[in-house]
Amino acid sequence: MTLNQLTAHEAINLIKKKRITAYEAMQDIFTQIDKVDNLIKAFLVINREEALKQAKEIDKKVKNGEKLPPLAGVAVAIKDIIATRGTETTCGSKILKGFYPPYNATVINSLREAGAIIIGKTNMDEFAMGSSNENSAFGPTYNPWDLERVPGGSSGGSAAAVAADEAFFALGTDTGGSIRLPASFCGMVGLKPTYGRVSRYGLIAYASSLDQVGTITKDVTDSALVMKVISGHDYKDSTSASLEVPDYLKSCQEGIEGLKIGVPKEYFIEGIDPEVKDAIDKTLKLFERLGAKIEEISLPHTEYALPAYYLIATAEASSNLARYDGVQYGYRTENCEDLSSIYKRTRSEGFGNEVKRRIMLGTYALSSGYYDAYYLKAQKVRTLIKEDFDKAFSKYDILITPTSPTPAFKLKEKIADPLTMYLTDIYTLPINLAGVPAISLNCGYNKNNLPIGLQIIGKHFSEETILRAAFNFEQNNSVEKKKPSMKPAKHKEAKK
Amino acid sequence: MKEEVVIGLEIHIQLMTKAKMFCHCSTDYIGKEPNTNTCPVCLGLPGSLPVLNKKVLEFAIRTAVALNCEINQVSKFHRKNYFYPDLPKGYQISQYDLPLGRNGYMEIFLPKSQERRRIGVTRVHIEEDAGKLVHEGDIASSSYSLVDYNRCGIPLAEIVTEPDFRSPEEARIFLVQLRSMVQHLEVCDGNMEEGSLRCDANISLRDAKSTTLGTKVEIKNMNSFKAVKKALQFEVDRQKMLLTEGIEIIQETRHWDEAKNVTVSMRSKEEAHDYRYFPEPNLLPLKVDLKMTDEIRRNLPELPEARRERFINNYQIPEYDAEILTSTKALGDFYEKAASLYSNSKVISNWIMGELIRYLNENKVGIEDSPISPEKLVGMLKLIDDGIVSGKMAKGIFEKMFKNGKDASKIVKESGITQITDKNELFEVIDTVIKENPRSVEDFNEGKEKALHYLVGQVMRYTKGRAKPDFVFNAIKQRINKTIR
Repeated sequence: MTLNQLTAHEAINLIKKKRITAYEAMQDIFTQIDKVDNLIKAFLVINREEALKQAKEIDKKVKNGEKLPPLAGVAVAIKDIIATRGTETTCGSKILKGFYPPYNATVINSLREAGAIIIGKTNMDEFAMGSSNENSAFGPTYNPWDLERVPGGSSGGSAAAVAADEAFFALGTDTGGSIRLPASFCGMVGLKPTYGRVSRYGLIAYASSLDQVGTITKDVTDSALVMKVISGHDYKDSTSASLEVPDYLKSCQEGIEGLKIGVPKEYFIEGIDPEVKDAIDKTLKLFERLGAKIEEISLPHTEYALPAYYLIATAEASSNLARYDGVQYGYRTENCEDLSSIYKRTRSEGFGNEVKRRIMLGTYALSSGYYDAYYLKAQKVRTLIKEDFDKAFSKYDILITPTSPTPAFKLKEKIADPLTMYLTDIYTLPINLAGVPAISLNCGYNKNNLPIGLQIIGKHFSEETILRAAFNFEQNNSVEKKKPSMKPAKHKEAKK
Repeated sequence: MKEEVVIGLEIHIQLMTKAKMFCHCSTDYIGKEPNTNTCPVCLGLPGSLPVLNKKVLEFAIRTAVALNCEINQVSKFHRKNYFYPDLPKGYQISQYDLPLGRNGYMEIFLPKSQERRRIGVTRVHIEEDAGKLVHEGDIASSSYSLVDYNRCGIPLAEIVTEPDFRSPEEARIFLVQLRSMVQHLEVCDGNMEEGSLRCDANISLRDAKSTTLGTKVEIKNMNSFKAVKKALQFEVDRQKMLLTEGIEIIQETRHWDEAKNVTVSMRSKEEAHDYRYFPEPNLLPLKVDLKMTDEIRRNLPELPEARRERFINNYQIPEYDAEILTSTKALGDFYEKAASLYSNSKVISNWIMGELIRYLNENKVGIEDSPISPEKLVGMLKLIDDGIVSGKMAKGIFEKMFKNGKDASKIVKESGITQITDKNELFEVIDTVIKENPRSVEDFNEGKEKALHYLVGQVMRYTKGRAKPDFVFNAIKQRINKTIR
């Protein structure tokens, strides 16, 4: 076993205890990246020298007996939608190729203060718009469990990197499921916090009222550990909550006796893969054995989440992406005669198709004469969806659903029809609209050895509860702990 | 048909907070090197987020309260979306359906008719300013433009009036009084030339008996109060002529061309703007509670109207004087300082309204930068009172004071020109003049008053103006009478 295969908390512990050095752990990380990333293509940018240098500095601190910060020495991969000073940040788009932010996102500063070492930026669907990582301007990322399949999106690079042991953990972002879906397709633990729990300063905006930064980790303990570091009020983000950050690590280890679990029937309708249903059923039985009470419930407005999302998110996106105009930074078209052509050609040439599609949708939803029928109406529906959750949480502590109706699908399988692709997110979208926290973790494999994701949803600011439920499940389930094969299903020899 | 002119104004004032509206950058951007007064937030860099500067809210509420507005207890920010290079985010954070203040008014005083007119204020809201574009050559033919983002994010209050003005002059008067008001409130320095106060207008004509509005034309690009009046007057004439010829007035935006003194249609450059307003998701709704509003109302600084009344009562000066002296805060401050150092407040008023304002205007200097301070003015007045210089001499001294900023006594000392107070010295000159001008003496004795004035003039010439005219006048009379007798 090589050091990069450890979980973050294991590596941190061993470094602290001087059983391993941060430098050798980092070396194993880069050995793995060199070995597999030409197959996985999780990374867009790798900062090898700087990372090794920082690892040495941690080792120096260890040697001097200095107190180590909570994430000291571990390699973290960052989704390329989060601003990193001096490192190219493209959001998976041609229009930001060559953009080097002059500042760090708040979460980056938090990670750095905690001693984590940023090794690179990961591939993603362009501007976080997608569910398969096939919308990147720089090519897709491949699922380590089966290289012919998608890793999920839009944080596909981050999820694949962690699953392939190319990083100890990663940051992703989730607007409609973009952490939870790839986490589930890659067998990892993905947590989307409550809206406002983690600062959005430096998170390049897709849909401002839905976006959140979250964690992609190998286990629940790591998720709790990283959440403690990145959560908290930030004055630079007016939507960040002024609430204390609990000790997630401590509380997740308590039991779940008496936990009241609701299972919304709307998430088990036609179209769900029978193996997924089966895995969830087994999961629920385990929860019962652990002392939880399970009941079927209804979230009656679930079916409206997808259309509401595609009006609200695209409307906000159409405005958030207006700044990519070729004037100040990033890509600018070379053929232009006047202002109008700079705008039109830069954006036509610089944006990919899905981004353009959503900008047009969103512009339409906000336009004069249509605002009331679309955007305003969607926001009202959003309130109803949120109220469904509020009502549910007045009686139940958590809700359990599958993360996705199916495990990872094949590349190009859904890319031809956007609507088919959009349906991938039906179980994750409502959570973003309501702003509640949710975690996805592995609860089994299908017959093709593809991971199946379990989603645990909590009420606002109840990350402690969902982490606790997840931890107890993780510690007590009989799901085999295995590593991805990093081969295509037909066992074709990987090209070096 | 008797036509009635209907005008409404849309005014933007830059609020004088220390920091910009949504970031910590300084608002002191004028004269700075381009793009040095910026940060990721006001540049709209990817990932940046706005954080409201609370002082902006305070200044805006102060303005809305002084304009007698109802303050909305819950107010929202909206995004106004459009593409232009000076707008880095591709949208402006502004307000739409829930502005800070509504249904206010300001009373203006129309000196010609001695009338008080109430001008309705539809709304007061806050928004961020955009950057500046500089075009190589002129806007129509330039091959490139440069963008300076220093001004991005400067806080603005937008004040929209009801269409209550009935003449261009009324609009101009309103602007003068509004400027004085915002200066006294210490929220804005009201400088149209520097862009801290901007004005667009809407104008239409209608039958005086009608209550429906005529076709509205929007006028932009007026860069001074005078320009506002000229542009509006041009529009009145243009529209009247069209109506007389039976031509329909087109609803459009027109630019004032200061060089050609005409308004020009911007129709070809206009696209129907759909701003796709929606609530700004990065900012929370504004909560303005009654307590905060009341406290601001109680602590309002003295407004120009109240100051004018106080000047009239305390300093015993006429309304006309008080009006001029309170037309800007700085002028009022100057007057009060001077009046605190000198008992004859009317004399001070005369000197300020006369000589001082004249020199300031001639040299295009603001009262804040006046080389003659209130103390120096009073110093000069004291010299007159003490008889060291005459009133006439003082005018010359005043000019010198303005030119080189020295105080009066220094100038007098350096030039050695003081009023002659020694009676003997004066009588010497008087006797000389009388001796040299027997004809004039004769003429005076024959009843020609003019001859006396001539003699006084001669004495003044001899003494190079240093004699006191009334003393000389009486002294000559005395001497001549003595001689005759």
